[in-house]
Amino acid sequence: MNYFTKLIGWVDERFPLTSNVKAHLTEYYAPKNFNFWYFFGSLALLVLVLQIITGIFLTMHYKPEAGLAFASVEYIMRDVPWGWLIRYMHSTGASLFFVVIYLHMFRGLLYGSYRNPRELIWLFGVGIFLALMGEAFFGYLLPWGQMSYWGAQVITSLFGTVPFIGPDIAEWLRGDYLTSDATLNRFFAFHVIALPLVILGLVAAHILALHEVGSNNPDGVEIKKLKDKKTGIPLDGIPFHPYYSVKDLVGVVVFLIVFAAIIFFAPDMGGYFLEANNFVPADPLVTPAHIAPTWYFTPYYSILRAVPPIGISQFPGVAAMGLSVVVFALLPWLDRSPVKSIRYKGNLYKAWLAAFVVSFLILGYLGTIPANTYGQFGAWLGKADIATVVARIFSVVYFAFFFLMPWYSKKDKTKPVPERVTG
Amino acid sequence: MKTINHIKKALMILSLLPSLTLAAGGVHLDKAPVDAADHGSLQRGARTFVNYCLNCHSANYMRYNRLLDIGLTEKQIKENLLLAGDKIGETMKVAINKKDAAKWLGAAPPDLSVEVRARGADWVYTYMRGFYRDSTRPSGWNNAVFDKVGMPHVLYELQGEQVLNHDTHELKLTKPGRLSIEEYDTLVGDLTNFMAYMAEPVKQQRNQLGWFVLLFLGVLLVLTYKLKKAYWKDIH
Repeated sequence: MNYFTKLIGWVDERFPLTSNVKAHLTEYYAPKNFNFWYFFGSLALLVLVLQIITGIFLTMHYKPEAGLAFASVEYIMRDVPWGWLIRYMHSTGASLFFVVIYLHMFRGLLYGSYRNPRELIWLFGVGIFLALMGEAFFGYLLPWGQMSYWGAQVITSLFGTVPFIGPDIAEWLRGDYLTSDATLNRFFAFHVIALPLVILGLVAAHILALHEVGSNNPDGVEIKKLKDKKTGIPLDGIPFHPYYSVKDLVGVVVFLIVFAAIIFFAPDMGGYFLEANNFVPADPLVTPAHIAPTWYFTPYYSILRAVPPIGISQFPGVAAMGLSVVVFALLPWLDRSPVKSIRYKGNLYKAWLAAFVVSFLILGYLGTIPANTYGQFGAWLGKADIATVVARIFSVVYFAFFFLMPWYSKKDKTKPVPERVTG
Repeated sequence: MKTINHIKKALMILSLLPSLTLAAGGVHLDKAPVDAADHGSLQRGARTFVNYCLNCHSANYMRYNRLLDIGLTEKQIKENLLLAGDKIGETMKVAINKKDAAKWLGAAPPDLSVEVRARGADWVYTYMRGFYRDSTRPSGWNNAVFDKVGMPHVLYELQGEQVLNHDTHELKLTKPGRLSIEEYDTLVGDLTNFMAYMAEPVKQQRNQLGWFVLLFLGVLLVLTYKLKKAYWKDIH
């Protein structure tokens, strides 16, 4: 024990070890009333670490070359010891990363975690979300199946719709006239080094900003306002370690149970996590009848398809899709409610949030099916596809949630916020 | 577009077959008897696969010695399945030239290693029982699941010949083969079972291991929950 204390002392004279452990763990005071929704931040960090570790092992066996990529993935699945487990952990981890991140973002919407003074935490978070979407998109090309190939072809073509310079941008991104070996190589580079670096940097900034201003909580009360006069510790605060470290451990185990159940019993998840058509090697000469992105992109893909073209230009849809993702960054300035938490907001805000969630889910579903699945309306509606019309309606609701927020959040009848957290 | 037309035609035919019904957005296929624990069935399927399919179709990711997993011995594999003088650690390759095959059949026969993961076991099972005589096709054969298919009916000696009745749109066996209808269904069932196994040889091990992992995590959940309760007992 004495030697250990001496060692720590030796390190502390040269590196801020103890002071950092205190600042971020043992003397970082978090509100004591965190609920279910507060598990997903630490879970996102867990999934990030799992993706990096499994990714390192996959990189040891994967071949980023058009002629070998598909076969190397099957080699990992069959001939690399425990390769199948590593690969399923990585493919399942990708989908669950989005599940966790979406629930984490929804927590922000519920309790106003993006409001003053946490705008920068939110902006770093939106940055992480964008980088994660890029990471998932680049990674999805690597198995070099039909869905990988045509998904990449469709998404890079979206950049081709930008007026005037679009086709040149698309070609520059692919490094070729169409998705090819050159594309695979650069996507591999983006996936294994470029975007992971960006994500790690943003995660560090996200956590540093959080620990600077302190955590929000389900009541939206600032616990730093009421401190113990002697110790200076917030009255409603408890040290992150050991209280939330042991609590998050329970969340981690519950998450791992879901994670393991999928990996060992349903790694395909009925075609949503691993698509059937991606077990056919990429073929530039055969276009699949139905190309859909992976489930976590489908709400935005639905918006892309729902917006009608102007003339022959598909750019409006592409612009709307881009806006539907980056619009989250505007939330801190769109919300004009005097209270942060949904607990003290009125029915107007609750109704809009519910409408947004429903729109997100319906758009997500519609993005997985061909537009003609539910048939067409009659001539009175120009024989429009029923699914497209429904997607248009919910796209409008999706954007209205954001752009009408300054109005309805101000008009909403709120309840008085208590001084202390309510547990 | 061509693919869509193929699917549409296949849908039209299938919707009128009495044993197969049409569902929204897809074809109802016969349920394949897949059972990874039935080693007898897998071994019979492997024999059919090597004897009939592995002349034109490769299984480039499947190694012969993997068949030890389904209860075959090294000797059995060498004597019965290694027909082209391959070594036991090699994968199931074929000598057919892809370009020649495409010229002869209209399309190069695809590798079948992961065919079941791409198409589904039910599709393979229904497809292998869906060939019928069609004099308008270059091979003389067509298929109820895959219209205008390039592949001829390789198992016709066993199944016999079916024709599609264009009035009732039923498949009917007109010329019996060496096997009865039930025997042929069993043979194709075993073949499909083997192809499902080959598409993911690790599946059974994966499922078995899964129960142990979940059991471990269940115990860990109880322990971590008690730990949390113990730490939090003075927080109100």
